[in-house]
Amino acid sequence: MSTPVIELTDVKKGFGPVEVLKGVNLQVHAGKVTALVGDNGAGKSTLIKGLSGVQPYDSGKVLFEGKEVDIHDPIQAAELGIEVVYQDLALCENLDIVQNMFLGREELLQRTLDEPSMELQATQALQSLSVRTVKSVRQKVSSLSGGQRQTVAIARSVLRNAKLVILDEPTAALGVAQTEQVLNLVHRLAASGVAVLIISHNLADVFKVCDEIAVLYLGRMVTQIKTSETSQNDVVGYITGTKSTEE
Amino acid sequence: MSNPNQAGLNLAPQEISSGHEGGLVDQVKAYFSRVKNGDMGALPATGALLVLTALFAYLSPYFLTKLNFANLFVQAAQLTTLAIALVFVLLIAEIDLSAGVAAAVAMDVFYLTTTFGVPWPIGLVSALMVGVILGLILGFFVAKVGVPSFVISLAFFLGLQGVALILLGDGGLFRVEVPEVRAIMNDTLPLWGGWLLLFVVVAISAGLGFYDRFRRSASELVNRPVSLLLIKLAFITVVGGAVIYVLNLNRSASEVIEISGVPIVIPIVLFIIFAGTFLLDRTKFGRHLYAVGGNPEAARRAGIKVVRIRITAFVITSSLAVVAGLFHVSRIGVVEAAAGRTIVLSGVAAAVVGGVSLFGGRGRLVHAALGALVISIIDNGLGLLGFSAGISFVVTGTVLALAATVDAVSRRRGGTVRRT
Repeated sequence: MSTPVIELTDVKKGFGPVEVLKGVNLQVHAGKVTALVGDNGAGKSTLIKGLSGVQPYDSGKVLFEGKEVDIHDPIQAAELGIEVVYQDLALCENLDIVQNMFLGREELLQRTLDEPSMELQATQALQSLSVRTVKSVRQKVSSLSGGQRQTVAIARSVLRNAKLVILDEPTAALGVAQTEQVLNLVHRLAASGVAVLIISHNLADVFKVCDEIAVLYLGRMVTQIKTSETSQNDVVGYITGTKSTEE
Repeated sequence: MSNPNQAGLNLAPQEISSGHEGGLVDQVKAYFSRVKNGDMGALPATGALLVLTALFAYLSPYFLTKLNFANLFVQAAQLTTLAIALVFVLLIAEIDLSAGVAAAVAMDVFYLTTTFGVPWPIGLVSALMVGVILGLILGFFVAKVGVPSFVISLAFFLGLQGVALILLGDGGLFRVEVPEVRAIMNDTLPLWGGWLLLFVVVAISAGLGFYDRFRRSASELVNRPVSLLLIKLAFITVVGGAVIYVLNLNRSASEVIEISGVPIVIPIVLFIIFAGTFLLDRTKFGRHLYAVGGNPEAARRAGIKVVRIRITAFVITSSLAVVAGLFHVSRIGVVEAAAGRTIVLSGVAAAVVGGVSLFGGRGRLVHAALGALVISIIDNGLGLLGFSAGISFVVTGTVLALAATVDAVSRRRGGTVRRT
């Protein structure tokens, strides 16, 4: 298999006496959707925060496209091409879609905002994901549904040419139809060559869209397995600790 | 909305619109649908302005006289500037209750320096520096330390009253003997100056409008119908022309002296509105200010330096407030220790009445200016009708309560009440 976009080896992180990550390995490949599942407290958030640079790992090796990197702040993660789409979305409701997609990275022309260029790129990014649910790129985000907001947040990472997009519970607050839309979007995102890592509690969604499933149990990676080679029952077993691959 | 492409001839089918599509009728329809969804903008203030003008014109024979018309503009100038100043902190959902007294203290410094023989431009710069420094300190406490702006600016409100007393001593009025400053509110442009002002305003509006269209076309984006821009320009020309025509008539009550022309303060206020709007709409800082007001956490995650934006907002507010204070001193010609205590609340009222949201992230400078005109007209009209200041306060308070209610309700309808 090709070089993974991100490869974690024996990553550890503790908070005082509590060791949250006890030596985790993980590989995420370009063009593939990898699910990160695990019960509450398994260390999913901590793992993600390390990748996004919010809380650096204590020890372990992080390879980005085969090269060893030390991600110690969010800006550096963004420069590498790691984008996190948070559960609470981090959009400004009083701004429109274009303004949100370019927030913090506005393009300038003669020191003033280059609106036409940003509008064009935002439209193209949405079109590249075949988004049809958004009527106008100049709509305020406050007028969008939850699924549409998720769409905008994901499209923002496309705009930034992300190599690894991490989605934190992308479908948690969505209805059936909207979940379907977002999952399709995730599929197209991976098809465009991006490595996608999804954190989810919803195994039905995971089996629908993910190529691989990585299971965390109490700070250890129990398994990382191809979706086609496992079943929902097995994964539940891994998550709850009643089943393991080694030992 | 989306019309199907004919026979697939269009190479890049625009599946997602930009709100610029369609003819004049579509644009008008889109505007009304935005209003229906709670994005009222300047509509309530404009409506109030028209209703109040008609009402007072009907009730008082003096309201629509040339003299009162000019007075109204001059009286509104100070409140307009203060309301515009406050928009910058209101946009990030903060408040600066000390803006009025901060301006008063700055003008005390102006008085003291000029009285001791410092040239007035340097005195003015010192006054502005006082505004900048006070804004920096206030912003530091709010953005860096995390003290609620309501409380810390209240502390400044009290403390600065004390500073004014210490600087000027108890009681008494002190004449400001700077003709250039007195001229701002009391002198007028030559008649041709008024027409030149109109020309400049129309030329800048047209220039920006056509430049934006050109840039969109260059990116092969759809433009709004050109008639929309032409209507806007025609509106500015007609209304502005009418105002300047009236101001250029002789409005003096006596036969001996003639008073005519546009008060000097008007081009200054127009410039502040223009420069401020440019800053808010077309620069990175402006965009980030709105973002911080809308969702500070999202702004932070997007890499925006939230603390710096917040402090800058406070600095802009208190320095612009100093300009409002300058207008006040220019009009009455004196400084006093008790100045600037009540006007800040009228300034907040003006901004909110104009449609600037108290919840942050929504509002424009023009809205604040319209709101200031509404409050000034209420004040002026009720005064002409012989009502006491008490009635004027009650009415203004009621209007503010109404505006704040509209703000809260329209916010809910816009779906922005919860932040999840």
